[in-house]
Amino acid sequence: MVEGDLSAKAHDGPVVSFEHVAKVYGEGEMAVRALDDVSFDIYEGEFVAVMGSSGSGKSTTMNILGCLDTPTHGRYLFRGVDVKTLTRDQRALLRRHYLGFVFQGFNLLSRTTALENLELPLIYRRISKSGRRDMAMEALHAVGLENREHHTAAELSGGQQQRVAIARAMVTSPSLLLADEPTGNLDTARSQEIMELLAKLNAENGLTIVLVTHEEDMAAFAGRRLEFRDGNIVHESKSQAA
Amino acid sequence: MIGNILLLSMREIRRNVLRSILTTLGIVIGVAAVIVVVTLGAGTKAQVQTEISKLGSTMLTVFPGQRRRSGAAQSAPPFEIEDVNALRRETVMLSSVAPMSIQRQMVVYGNGNRRSQVVGTDREFVNVRNWDLEAGRLFSAAEEQTGKPVCIIGQTVKTELFKDEPYMGNVLRINKASCEVIGLLEPKGQVMFSGDQDDVVVVPIKYFQRRIAGNTNVDQIYVAALDDSLVDAAQAEVEVIMRERRPSQPGAEDLFSVRGVQEMSTAFQSSTAVMTGFLSAIAAISLLVGGIGIMNIMLVSVTERTREIGIRMAIGAREKEVLLQFLVEAAMLAGLGGLVGIIIGLAGAMALAPLLNVPFIIQPDMMIMAFVFSALVGVVFGYMPARNAARLDPIDALRHE
Ligand SMILES: Nc1ncnc2c1ncn2[C@@H]1O[C@H](COP(=O)(O)OP(=O)(O)OP(=O)(O)O)[C@@H](O)[C@H]1O
Ligand SMILES: [Mg+2]
Repeated sequence: MVEGDLSAKAHDGPVVSFEHVAKVYGEGEMAVRALDDVSFDIYEGEFVAVMGSSGSGKSTTMNILGCLDTPTHGRYLFRGVDVKTLTRDQRALLRRHYLGFVFQGFNLLSRTTALENLELPLIYRRISKSGRRDMAMEALHAVGLENREHHTAAELSGGQQQRVAIARAMVTSPSLLLADEPTGNLDTARSQEIMELLAKLNAENGLTIVLVTHEEDMAAFAGRRLEFRDGNIVHESKSQAA
Repeated sequence: MIGNILLLSMREIRRNVLRSILTTLGIVIGVAAVIVVVTLGAGTKAQVQTEISKLGSTMLTVFPGQRRRSGAAQSAPPFEIEDVNALRRETVMLSSVAPMSIQRQMVVYGNGNRRSQVVGTDREFVNVRNWDLEAGRLFSAAEEQTGKPVCIIGQTVKTELFKDEPYMGNVLRINKASCEVIGLLEPKGQVMFSGDQDDVVVVPIKYFQRRIAGNTNVDQIYVAALDDSLVDAAQAEVEVIMRERRPSQPGAEDLFSVRGVQEMSTAFQSSTAVMTGFLSAIAAISLLVGGIGIMNIMLVSVTERTREIGIRMAIGAREKEVLLQFLVEAAMLAGLGGLVGIIIGLAGAMALAPLLNVPFIIQPDMMIMAFVFSALVGVVFGYMPARNAARLDPIDALRHE
């Protein structure tokens, strides 16, 4: 259903767009306006860096982009379809087939091995057992963890967990990769490596990437930059790299 | 898809082996109890059936008067040999008819003696009871006619009284009478309701009447139907003839009664029914407790794994798949518990069967039923927790600590 809806529309417009999106958590006195009035379009093949101080609404934006949360006001369109109109199941299928998500807190299954963590999205995609294994191993290899496949997530260091999370987001070859500070726990060299990998996927496979980062160095890989403050985009720029 | 879900569930169960075992304990006990009950029940039933066929499944016993449960026999005139002859003459459904008078008497040979069953009957006895001779011969017509002091002994009498001495042609003393041994019956063994069948001395009815009972009565008449399927018809035939021979007041009870061997086992079977009912109640209760245990642990599991559920949803699991995963997990837990229960139950039944002196009979259909039922318990009691899991909001679930 969702596959049909979304792919059949040989969509020329933006992959995702926010139209005056606001997100309010809580009610009355306690209400927090995490996003105030945010509008942007992201096109196929773009590599966008989202920056801003802590609490400025970056993760909130990512959650909405990832169809995990919905705007309080305004519209979020995924390939022209208002996500709010989709059912829970349709949103699940959309995540399954189009999105890869690297969470700020990794969100791995902690008592599950690295390999099994990577297989999970493939299982939901009904990839055969052998295909699944190959794809998972390849993704592990790409993040330099091929010798840690049988360690559970809890047995891995923070940086290693982060790399498994990145591998899990990429293993399904999504069309949109959402990464919330994926290199936060990595040393410079490793971060650089990961960023080069993302840049390569972006350049060669046309993978659309939205990346939240605090670091200039990382943002430099992106072709475009959105800067948040207090739930609004305060600055938008195209970098020379694009 | 179901294959993948089985895989995911299996991984989850493996991760919590100890907890899984404890969770399923109720189911294990319940199923084990069921298996023990049905296995031993089947063994007992088979045992009863063999006993019945030992006695002869086509055999009917005719008593004078009504036999009451209280034991108080209605006063009715005893049978005489003419009643036996009438049945022989006038029936077509019977293969054989034999008079049967029985008394427990002291039987003496040399220095040995024992109280044995002394049976007065005739040649037809071996046909009615389906009981052949191992050695020697039956009474001749002349011996029966004159009530000659001859006897045929059972295996117990032979071993207890004659030991290794030759028995054939030797003389036994019964009470104040004596008789010459002319034959030996085949071993028949223990029968549940009548004790040792082989502890018997068989004499011609006429001799019995004259020298042992001191009357002309025939205590009971044994008849055998031509075929298993004709037992009821044979009984009806016997009843018609006997009613004619000993008419009762209209509306009053018959002055005789006919009983099959099957009926003798009903009392026994009703006592096992109580036992079965009791154990089945235990089984039902422990299955219920087991089900609640599974529900409880699945609810805990869903709460513990809220974040995991959020992650699964975030990477594309649908409501249905989360529901199915938890349901399958519950069913698998319960099913594994059932499997362990079946094994323990079989082992228990195997150990108990020789103690109860019944054969150990495996019943595959009951085992399949027990397995399916326990998996079903998992599904039923796992549904609520699974639904709770499936209805979680992905973003809330992800934020859960
Ligand atoms: N579930 C929630 N309930 C209430 N308030 C929330 C919730 N999630 C986020 N907020 C609030 O919304 C605002 C934006 O949070 P968000 O997580 O988007 O920040 P962020 O830009 O990702 O910050 P950081 O760089 O620290 O990750 C914050 O003030 C936060 O307290
Ligand atoms: Mg954040």
